[in-house]
Amino acid sequence: MKAVRRYGLRLRRKKYRLRAMRKSRELLGVADRTDQIKPSDVLCFVTLRNERIRLKYFLSYYRDRGVSHFFFVDNDSTDGTREYLAEQPDCSVWTTEGSYKRSRFGIDWVNHLLSTYAHGHWSLVVDPDEFLVYPFCDSRPIPALADWLDASSIKSFGAMILDMYPKGAITAQPYRDGQNPFEIACWFDSGNYTIERNWQFANLWIQGGPRARLFFGDKPKRAPALNKIPLVKWQRHYTFTSSTHMLLPRGLNLVYDEWGGEKTSGVLLHAKFLDTFTIKAAEELSRKQHYANSHEYQAYHDGLKDDPNFWCKWSERYINWRQLEILGLMSKGNWA
Amino acid sequence: MSTVGFVMICHTALDRAAQVARHWAERDCPVVIHVDKRVSAKSFKWLQTALSDLGNIRFSKRHRCEWGTWSLVAASQTASEVMLAEFPDVRHVYLASGSCLPLRPVEELRDYLAARPRTDFIESVTTQDVEWTVGGLNAERFQFRFPFSWKRNRFLFDRYVELQRRTGMIRTVPEGLVPHLGSQWWCLTRQTLSAILQDPARKAHDAYFKLVWIPDESYYQTLTRLYSTRIESRSLTLSKFDFQGKPHVFYDDHLHLLRRSDCFVARKIWPQANRLYDTFLSPDHTGSAMAEPAPGKIDRVFAKALERRTRGRAGLYMHSRFPNVDWENGKTCAPYSVFQGFSDLFEDFEPWLSRRLGVRVHGRLFDPKKVRFASDADVYAGCLSSAPKLRDYNPEMFLASLIWNTRGERQVFQYSPRDTEDIAWFLSADGNAQISVITGAWAVPLFLSNRDFGDIRKEAALLQKREVEFVDILRRVQNRADVRIWTLAEFIEEPMENLQSILDAMDGPSAPRLTEAPRMANLDGFGQFLQNLKNQGMKPFVMGDFPSTSAEMMPQTSSEKPYLVKR
Repeated sequence: MKAVRRYGLRLRRKKYRLRAMRKSRELLGVADRTDQIKPSDVLCFVTLRNERIRLKYFLSYYRDRGVSHFFFVDNDSTDGTREYLAEQPDCSVWTTEGSYKRSRFGIDWVNHLLSTYAHGHWSLVVDPDEFLVYPFCDSRPIPALADWLDASSIKSFGAMILDMYPKGAITAQPYRDGQNPFEIACWFDSGNYTIERNWQFANLWIQGGPRARLFFGDKPKRAPALNKIPLVKWQRHYTFTSSTHMLLPRGLNLVYDEWGGEKTSGVLLHAKFLDTFTIKAAEELSRKQHYANSHEYQAYHDGLKDDPNFWCKWSERYINWRQLEILGLMSKGNWA
Repeated sequence: MSTVGFVMICHTALDRAAQVARHWAERDCPVVIHVDKRVSAKSFKWLQTALSDLGNIRFSKRHRCEWGTWSLVAASQTASEVMLAEFPDVRHVYLASGSCLPLRPVEELRDYLAARPRTDFIESVTTQDVEWTVGGLNAERFQFRFPFSWKRNRFLFDRYVELQRRTGMIRTVPEGLVPHLGSQWWCLTRQTLSAILQDPARKAHDAYFKLVWIPDESYYQTLTRLYSTRIESRSLTLSKFDFQGKPHVFYDDHLHLLRRSDCFVARKIWPQANRLYDTFLSPDHTGSAMAEPAPGKIDRVFAKALERRTRGRAGLYMHSRFPNVDWENGKTCAPYSVFQGFSDLFEDFEPWLSRRLGVRVHGRLFDPKKVRFASDADVYAGCLSSAPKLRDYNPEMFLASLIWNTRGERQVFQYSPRDTEDIAWFLSADGNAQISVITGAWAVPLFLSNRDFGDIRKEAALLQKREVEFVDILRRVQNRADVRIWTLAEFIEEPMENLQSILDAMDGPSAPRLTEAPRMANLDGFGQFLQNLKNQGMKPFVMGDFPSTSAEMMPQTSSEKPYLVKR
């Protein structure tokens, strides 16, 4: 890469860091338990709004897998999310009335918290509806993965978003507080993804899945990106550039092998398509706080009017991580 | 009674090291522990106190240890000296690390060693025979000097190696030594170990090995060859390395593998693998008495991991495997067949082929209007959509996904000059593609159609141009697909034999003979049709040579009758 372009990326990284610092003024502390954090802890960072019903299962899922401390940025929730989180013994909570869109979809706030608290920690950045599945996740906790990545001198861990959906109309089975969402949304598309390389940031750009199949059949370019890098051994000078799809410095985006081998990777099971989604889509559309003028939500809204069925006879029913590995949606790499 | 003593080299997870040391010491095996100097005084103190109730544990003088340097050898030397001096009953000294875990009861190890009182267990092979060395330093690790740290000072390390390569500054190996390499975890007899440590030439040996690259893999391995009467060139410690040269780590889910390995000690164990520590250190844990260590199964698991990391699964594109062009080791994952012109020439080609092969046969997958999956499905394996825009967004990924999603079932589809052309290069570059083309067959539907001749001529010109381009791609030197090309005239001379040759290539020589042929379109008047095209100023040539009067046309049998093979 030309020195000029490399310098351009450096400036961009600096710009995002400054931006995060500026946007941090919008954050108001609610609960600060960061003094509990020990040097080898795995941390988790979440931005959310009105997700109270999901939190019980979300927290228990990641606690069981060895996450030690949670950081939440609450974007002006009205359903008790903030109060619930503030009571948790392992959560630190900030709240903000600032614009989700103008904080680049929450990533400025998270970048700020990361640079303040995550230096030297393996940090997981996810949404409340994303559940990380990685090789051996049924027998080894995330700190085992983190230790192995450290020993292999790997600094970031990639995972693809896998949209999960129920069979039948998504409003048919209501989601209960504390329930495993994949009891309802247990189906997924196993092999209709397209991958392209983004040469500027060296990351892959993945699209496809049920959303592309149902909502973006005639405008595939606009289908949402499914590539994510949720787990990073954070250093102060790192920064997420666009959601958790990519980072700077761009070497962190090389979570794939270019010479035919497979690197170790995971999947983020995406529990978006539950009955809660129709309400969310309507609300998000009216708030116009999402990416590219919320065209994604516009498409959902149009598609959701007749309560669609994502399921088709080729849908796969989720069993475990080994199934995903056999299907080629993730890989053990050389972690055995 | 104590015939085996353990030397432990520790630097992290001291709680686990203490647990293992206690296990050995309580079973009457003396333990000498070396703790890295970089470990804080507080932690060291903790370890000492934790083990203070045991009379047969000693702590040796601490060195600052760094991977790949002499310090590790120095640590094992001082600790071994303590062992030899303080525990005169010890017959075998076993070198272990703080992340080692005994897999079989100590008594079994003791019996095993007692039955082999003069044997040294140390992996020791000459440099020519070793393949595990990382970084291209093989013989060179004994010929060059390595004063710079690889971990902390990679730049100087590399530059200095380069300099030595250029100038040819080669060290001489001390008299009588033949460099050997091997795993750093050994079990030596008192005689051999003391001979190494008390050798009058030790100073010279140490001075030489101090500047060798990774001396802990070569110091004892080389010197043992001088004194040992009996070497078993293998390590009693199960320790596997990956392609970067770092040890594989064992977790709770390896319990059964480890148990069945019958190895005495395993390395390295993840410190929080509670189940492993609890199981193997529990007092009622028993092994399979006197079994020989058999790490074969574990070897296979790790060999597979290596293969997956370096070569991966052919034909798979995913978020952690996205090979550069031509590094895929297989653009797709399984063989598939592409037919061009066949469904134009034969009226019922797809159902016929499907019956004959016993697989689902797709129509034109790259039809611009819609993906024509078998039985005209809207969605196909892996939830691939039939929406043409989704396919055309990335046709290569579409095809690779289809082949991947249907592993175990051969994919067969039609292709035509009427289709999206973007995929042609991919097909030609793919060794899994079997492509059969009847050039000019696209003219048959035009000939049978009821359209204005002006339109027909225009379309014929376009299709011919596209087909010529496709055939040119298939005829490049770089083509890797299995390609068969006939002109229409050639093909219909011997249609059965030609079809048979395609099927033979799919199934191998054992393919059964064709007994039923697809029904060919009626070509009466086709020669005249081509002549009309010529008269209108277009030059149809890809069909081959068709006489303009139907009477002379080949073949002369009426095409309404199916072909039957004469026996």
